[in-house]
Amino acid sequence: MAGMGKTKHSRIHIVKREALPWYYRVGVRALAIVAALIVTAVVIMLLTHKNPIQVYISMLKGAFGTELRIWSLLQNIAILLCISLAVTPAFKMRFWNCGAEGQVLVGCLATTAVMMFLGDSLPLPLLWTVMLIAAVGAGIVWALLPAVTKSLWNTNETLFTLMMNYVATQLVAFFLKTFVKNGSGVLPPMPEYGLPRLLNKDYLLNIVIVVVLTVLVYIYLKYTKQGYEIAVVGESENTARYIGINVRKVVIRTLVVSGALCGVAGLLLVGGTNHTISTTTVDGRGFTAIMVSWLAKFDPLYMVLTTFLIVFLDRGTQQVATDFRMPNALSDIVTGIILLFIIGCEFFLQYKIVSAKAGKENA
Amino acid sequence: MDKTAAIELKNITKTFGSVVANKQVSLSVNRGEILSILGENGSGKTTLMNMISGIYFPDEGEIFINGEEAVIASPKDAFQYKIGMIHQHFKLVDVFSATENIVLGLEEKGRYNLKEAEQKVHAICEQYGFELDPHKKIYTMSVSEKQTVEIVKVLYRGADILILDEPTAVLTPIEIRKLFSVLRKMREDGKAIIIITHKLNEVMEISDRVSVLRKGEYIGTVNTAETDEAELTEMMVGKKISLNIHRSEPKNPTPRLEVHHINCSNREGVKMLDDVSFTAQAGEILGIAGIAGSGQRELLEAIAGLQKLDSGAVLYNNPQTGKMDNLCSKTPLQIRELGVRLSFVPEDRLGMGLVGNMDIVDNMMLRSYSKGKSMFLERKAPRDLAEHIIDELEVVTPNANTPVRRLSGGNVQKVLVGREIAAAPTVLMAAYPVRGLDINSSYTIYNLLNEQKENGVAVIFVGEDLDVLLELCDRILVIGSGHVTGVVDARTATKEEIGLLMTKTTVAEKGERS
Repeated sequence: MAGMGKTKHSRIHIVKREALPWYYRVGVRALAIVAALIVTAVVIMLLTHKNPIQVYISMLKGAFGTELRIWSLLQNIAILLCISLAVTPAFKMRFWNCGAEGQVLVGCLATTAVMMFLGDSLPLPLLWTVMLIAAVGAGIVWALLPAVTKSLWNTNETLFTLMMNYVATQLVAFFLKTFVKNGSGVLPPMPEYGLPRLLNKDYLLNIVIVVVLTVLVYIYLKYTKQGYEIAVVGESENTARYIGINVRKVVIRTLVVSGALCGVAGLLLVGGTNHTISTTTVDGRGFTAIMVSWLAKFDPLYMVLTTFLIVFLDRGTQQVATDFRMPNALSDIVTGIILLFIIGCEFFLQYKIVSAKAGKENA
Repeated sequence: MDKTAAIELKNITKTFGSVVANKQVSLSVNRGEILSILGENGSGKTTLMNMISGIYFPDEGEIFINGEEAVIASPKDAFQYKIGMIHQHFKLVDVFSATENIVLGLEEKGRYNLKEAEQKVHAICEQYGFELDPHKKIYTMSVSEKQTVEIVKVLYRGADILILDEPTAVLTPIEIRKLFSVLRKMREDGKAIIIITHKLNEVMEISDRVSVLRKGEYIGTVNTAETDEAELTEMMVGKKISLNIHRSEPKNPTPRLEVHHINCSNREGVKMLDDVSFTAQAGEILGIAGIAGSGQRELLEAIAGLQKLDSGAVLYNNPQTGKMDNLCSKTPLQIRELGVRLSFVPEDRLGMGLVGNMDIVDNMMLRSYSKGKSMFLERKAPRDLAEHIIDELEVVTPNANTPVRRLSGGNVQKVLVGREIAAAPTVLMAAYPVRGLDINSSYTIYNLLNEQKENGVAVIFVGEDLDVLLELCDRILVIGSGHVTGVVDARTATKEEIGLLMTKTTVAEKGERS
């Protein structure tokens, strides 16, 4: 190694770790969240010059301060979780469905249209059924288009699904411009045609439906043949071919499931929550859902936790922004910091960094 | 011509985990000389060259360049020593022009001066007789043109030691002739050239000297003028080593699978199988020998229903119905529905045969999960099977719920072969089933294959180790660039005989095709 000095190279290796015991993994993740909260506190302190403890209290208040806020928190969790459940089968299959935003929005639009045009003429239970069918159908159509073209001509699903989002947004804009009579472009809510209220609570039905869906999606992915096929196609298309899985069929079938669940999310958003529609009804949650799903490694049960984390951060930081008269961007900053830590710790759970010398001794 | 060693390797050793890729290899190349490095697959040719070009770093040994010890820790270091490697798989940006690709990555201040670069490219082409349009975009180029760009690229950077990794594998005979004339001009210009190949006729034609590697070890260097193909083959394949693999006499072999004149092409339209015919018999192990990429994979995949055929037929003699079924242009699912119990251990174990991220139980289900009408999975039987295989084949694993990618190569293979045999096949195809396995695991696999043969299964074994093929199989089918070049009796054939059949290239026919 006489000549080593001649060339300078910082030799750091990234080495894959062996499986770690579960308590280690949980510990590292907990540590990451704590570290993230400390960094967040420092950032907030620097920006607001307030005691970080106060800031955290304000955050908690924002999320859990009143009964209304708790319901609203749960409602937001339910919607985001529902959309996350919807994208999960596709992502597990490595079909990069970035079109949940649009798929949910057309679900919303279909629901709104049924409420507007059939609300008067149908008895409520029948109306609800038609709303469900319309929303699910619309979501499926929006998801199916990119899936079919992908199967037939191998189009890029990421681009296709993203573009479908714009089409959905413009469709809603067109709908509002054409059918809102007063020309304001704002559709007045139609709570009279909304989904039923369980125990007289506004959002309880939404929450119950999403709980049931979570369990169903969990079972679907883990214990059914179709779920198994999704996993095989996602892990290795070659293996799928080798054992005789019809990959095209699985792709299309899975996107039908994905789109249908997006449609349900649209139904819950309009029929169970807003009772009206605007171009921003989905509000980026189609994309946030992707993150939720990834963070939970496509496990619906973990997704309950990751959804909670994201929604809690969002609500809490909004409250902080109001209390301390900060711009809303604070919410994004804090969410960004915390996610960075969480995703970063996943890297360290899978890999370790060793210097060249140590690496050589190991080898 | 001044014959100082441009590059000299002394006792180079490189290991990957427990696999020794190169062991104490020493060789040298002079200026104005073409050295061929000859060796079978897995003999360590590419690993050795990757160490010269800075992709790997040797564990032991020294490299001297122009008589001085050199440390080549990165491709950039290699470039500073004026070493240029032309890889088998080109590394070019498709949407850029030839010139843009050539200057790409050079550290120049400000903007690239493409005009000047073009002139320089032009000058290089003139000097060595390349035909290259500097404006042409890569994606519109043929394979041979892309290779030219790669070669001009390293020359542009001033390389005077050139390494070409199997440069002729992708070329037509006319293109090969052109390449060789360019190489000769470079030799006249005093460049040191190393070409990696396993085509004997080309070795004889182009090189001044030949260094032979076998299983990572350096066997020797001979002057091309003083040798012949037979001697080189012997150096390459070595003397026969006795492995003491148990081999029983086939019991009343009957034709099980008849392959009739099959042809197929890959995505680029290159013919991979050319009029291949043979019969695999029940109760017999049919070996398939050939240089890697001669069509072995396509052949097995064609039988398994994974490869579209241009023409020909694959007939299965169904022992239950006594009828002949044509498997050609059927999907794996349709083949299974015909009642054909075909098991296939593919070469790519984790990429095709198994799913690396799934545990052993879920991998057991791959073949059987769709049975039954229930929409739910039934994990009881696969779990029993997994436990059984772990016990029987002594798979080293914490438990049946460990993802298979965490197992060692040998254990992965046991899981895969175990599953395929559990399906009670009538035809069992195995591609390189002992590649990367230690001795004990290899013998476990040989025993499993023998057991299947004795049970009346038609076993097809694609192998690379000729000693193994000669001791395990009953007959050996040799293929060379998609052709059947011979069928020999494994009990009487010699290694040299097979080695020569493997390297037999049918240049004339190749010319007709292109």
